[in-house]
Order: sequence, then structure tokens, then C-alpha cells
Amino acid sequence: MKRTLLALAALAAAAPSLALAAVTVKGSDTMVILAQRWAEEYMKKNPSRKVQVTGGGSGTGIAALINGTTDIADASRGMKDDEKAKVQEKFSVAPVETVVAKDGVAIYVNDSNPVKQLSPEQIKKIYTGEITNWKDVGGNDAPVVLYSRENSSGTYVFVKEHVLKNEDYAASAQTLPGTAAVVNAVAKEKNGIGYGGAAYAKGVKDVLVTGADGQGYKPTEENVASGKYALSRPLFMYTRGQPAGEAKEFIDWCLSAEGQKLVTAVGYFPIRK
Amino acid sequence: MSRFAPVPAIAQLDEGGVARPLSSIRRRQLREALIEGAITLVALTGIAAVVLIFVFVGREALPLFTSAEVHKEVDLGRMFLPQVWKVGRAASFVWQPVGTVPKYSMIPLFVGTLKVTLVAMLVAVPVGVAAAIFASEFASRRLREVLKPTIELLAGIPSVVLGFFALMVMATWLQTAFGFSFRLNAVVAGLGLALTVVPVIFTVSEDALGAVPRSYREASLALGATRWETAFRVVLPAAAPGVLAAIVLGFGRSIGETMIVLMASGNASITSWSLGESVRTLPATIAAEMGEVVFGGAHYAVLFFIGVELFLFTFTVNSLAAWIVRRLVRRMAGAGG
Repeated sequence: MKRTLLALAALAAAAPSLALAAVTVKGSDTMVILAQRWAEEYMKKNPSRKVQVTGGGSGTGIAALINGTTDIADASRGMKDDEKAKVQEKFSVAPVETVVAKDGVAIYVNDSNPVKQLSPEQIKKIYTGEITNWKDVGGNDAPVVLYSRENSSGTYVFVKEHVLKNEDYAASAQTLPGTAAVVNAVAKEKNGIGYGGAAYAKGVKDVLVTGADGQGYKPTEENVASGKYALSRPLFMYTRGQPAGEAKEFIDWCLSAEGQKLVTAVGYFPIRK
Repeated sequence: MSRFAPVPAIAQLDEGGVARPLSSIRRRQLREALIEGAITLVALTGIAAVVLIFVFVGREALPLFTSAEVHKEVDLGRMFLPQVWKVGRAASFVWQPVGTVPKYSMIPLFVGTLKVTLVAMLVAVPVGVAAAIFASEFASRRLREVLKPTIELLAGIPSVVLGFFALMVMATWLQTAFGFSFRLNAVVAGLGLALTVVPVIFTVSEDALGAVPRSYREASLALGATRWETAFRVVLPAAAPGVLAAIVLGFGRSIGETMIVLMASGNASITSWSLGESVRTLPATIAAEMGEVVFGGAHYAVLFFIGVELFLFTFTVNSLAAWIVRRLVRRMAGAGG
């Protein structure tokens, strides 16, 4: 009897801290490191606030927004019309999109690959399976080994829409569960090619992408901001309706000068200097 | 007569033949009935859980057959027959559910699952059964006491750790040894799977072999057979039902194993019989794509349908195996007389 009472008392004491509502942020794996840094800094600056960050892919985050299990959905792609309609249907309010950072999708090849530059057209042909040998793009006579992301990833959808122009990936494109896994795979595979958020490109080399003027550009901050790098995209945070309450405070902080400084530290590109 | 209390005027002999008061007997009978009832309830809960899981999975997959909206995207024909996706190109099997035109062919997934299971069984069955025969027939007692726990330790390694091992170490080593063009392929995933299947086959086979009466071995040796001949021609056939059951259990394990194939198979939905190519299996597809789907859509229903397929497949394989085992036992009991 005494032990039960003691346990209940301990639980009651702990309850207030358990009951503190955390702002939940869920979604894009491309953004997860950035979101975690933001959450850490924000909680350090505001000790009474709690922010909870999880990854899982842009699709997972948006699904959570629709199911009501998250306050903010991180996405590296735009919400589709039918997804927006579902939010409207369930919550009678449209989802609101806030651009929080910019990213360049980098194309990685193994360090030993002689190919240094590719045009968006060549990248499309490689990923749809039209080009299957490196010699067709100026490399060695070796088969191209394609690495892609799972279809729950916003990066997958972005590359499909903007690079492949809505054509299908080749069936032989191997799918890996995250950008770090793609980088790892390409680093181990000398004929490999992969894509991912620019912040993760360590251990492999970035391919220069031919811009509109015929010159090759690396995914640096200047090139992404100016639009010279062809494969750049905005990173979003979605909320049900206009951001309000603690979620709004968090998003406003991320858009402030302090928050945007962290964007550069992680390796993405701020939306305002 | 009870030593502990005066025998009451009204008494009865209970099942043990001891004189007890009527109320005490009733209490014991009641307690027995309650305990039996509780155990039966627990057993029924297990059965209920299986049935309810099947019902839930089936219900979520039902829109495939009932919803007109889902039918616009996918139906049984489009899942199993080759489809023409590009004007002028041949009909093909494509699994690419996210895109402007979603494509849901099950065939690449079936082929992938079968390839990986084939590799796993080709390696695990000889190794598992041979290890069981060695441990049961040839190993000294001390060696057996070391061998059994070590192989069973393999069963205790979490599958995610084995998948990680296959991805980081085995894949590179196999690529340098065999020169695969895909580093992550059916062979790597199959070998990773074999690591989980071997302990299953070993444990059950070894128990089956151990259950064969000593008289069989002694008779065979007395008739002049060598130990090898005894093991393979007498003991193994006698333990055949158990060994077969072990193989089926291993098969069921490898069909449903998710983590190893998710990490080490490359997950490319290729429809070809080449073992050196990357594969996408049914369970890995569910694991990889479930996070993305929106409730109630066509993709959601298809993923649950894959769950139903896996359920039916395992159920069929287990039933078939049970039937074969029954036939074998009957035939051997009949022949033995």
C-alpha cells in the first residue's frame, strides 16, 4: 500500500513536466539535421519551450499533418493538390506553406570517376535508364550503377518532377533509406551515381551541373541563391492554417537572423541574409 | 481419517480418496474450473489476435475491390498482368507507385522475394541440416555442448545488426570476390537472410534427429553399416518429417524477414532472374513505403494488400508442410509396422 502511494506520488510530481506540450516537427530527412539544430538552439534560448523533431521523409511529415499527429510538417517538396484537399476536408482550413531555407540537390559520383560535369538532360537520361554506360557521358567504359531515394522522400519527388520531367526512374535504380546511405553507397561503388541534399556531400565528389548559359556550376550558396545552379529547390514548413501560438513562435525564430545563420552552418542556403 | 481436524459429520471422499468436507471439495472444484477457464481464455486470445490481425489488414486492403476511386488507379489486372506504359514500347511490369501515373505491378516484388528466398534456402538448408546431423550423430558431447549454443546465439542477433553487417562488410567483400556490377543484390541479401534461417533449421532438425530412437542406430551399426551410412540412410529418413518441418519454418522466416533485405538488397524493382541484380521484396516494400502513404488512398490499400498476400502465402506454405509431414509420418508408421 505504501509503495503504491509512493509510486503514484512520484508520477503526479512528474506529470506536469510530461504534460508540457511540445511543438512537434516531423518530415523531411533532407531537413532533419537543420530542424534538430534549430530545435536545440531555440530550446536553449527559450528554456520553457519544447520542440520535438523527427524525420521519416517529406511524405511522412505531410501524412502526419493530415492525420493530425504533428504541428509542423517539414517538406523538401511542395504539397500536392490532393494532399492540400485532404487537410482542407479534415480541418476546414487550408495548409499554409512557409519557405524556411533553400537547398541545391547535388549529384554525387565516386571520387575515382573521371566525369566532372553533367547537363540536366544527361542526368535525366542516366536516371531514366536511357544512358547505361559511363562512356556515353565521357567516362570509363563501365555500366552506370544508379542510386536513388525511397519514394517517401521529397528529394525523390523533386528529382522526378524537375530533372526527369515526370518520367519514371529506371527499374534498376536502387533505393536507399536516406541521403547519408546514398553517399555511403556511392563512396563504395566506383561506377555509382546518386543524388541528395547538398549538406550531406562528404566522401564523394559533386558533379558540376551545366547551367542555362552552358557553364558548369557547383551547388554553392552563391550559385543556388542566384539560380545559376540548375537543381535548386525551396525547403518548406507546412502548418494547418496560418501558424499560431508556439508553432508560430518557433517558425518566426527560424526565419530570424539567428535561425538563418544556423542554415548556413548546416550547409543549406538562407532565404534572407 | 484426517490427522489435522476432526472429521465433520458430513464428508466425502475426493478424487484422491481422502476424506474431506463437502464445501472444501466444491471449492477445489471451483478453483480448478476457474484456472482451466483462465488458461483457455489466454489460448483463445492468441487465436483471436491472429484472426483480428488478418481481419484488420484485409479491411484496409478492401478498397482495392470496393472503391471506384481506387479502381481508377489500380485493380487486380494492373497488378498482375504486364501493362503498356509508353506508347510503342512493349508491355512491362513496373512498380513505381509515386508519380503522375502510379504503377503497381506486383510481379517485380514477387520475383524479388522468390530470388532472395531461393538464395537463402540454397545456402541455409545444406548448412543447417548438415550442422544438425554433425551435432546429433558425429560430434562428441563436449563439442555438441559448445556447438548448439553458439549456433543458437546466431538466432539471437537482431536482424537489423545482420542487415548492417551485410550492407557494410559482406556486400563489399562479395563484390570483390565475384565482380557483381550491383554491389547490393539478391546474393548479398540472400546470404544475410541465410544467417537468420540457419539457426532455425539447425535447432528444429537437431531436435528431430535426436528424437530418433537409439535402437535404429544400434540396429544399423550391428548390421555392418558405417556411421555415415547410418546417419544418412537410417537416421535422417527417420527424422524426415521433423527436418522438413524445420525447412518450412526456415522458409517462412525468410519470406517475411524485412530488415535485412531492406538494408542489403538495393530495393530496385527489377523483374529478372539474374541473381547478381538488385531486388525489391514484398516485406521491404511495405517497410519502406508505409511512412509516406496518405490514409485511405490507392497506395495505402495496395500496401495492405501486400500484407494480405504475405499472410496467405505463409498460411499456404505452413498448411502444405503440415499435410506433407502428416503423410510422411503415416507412411513411415505404416511401413515400420
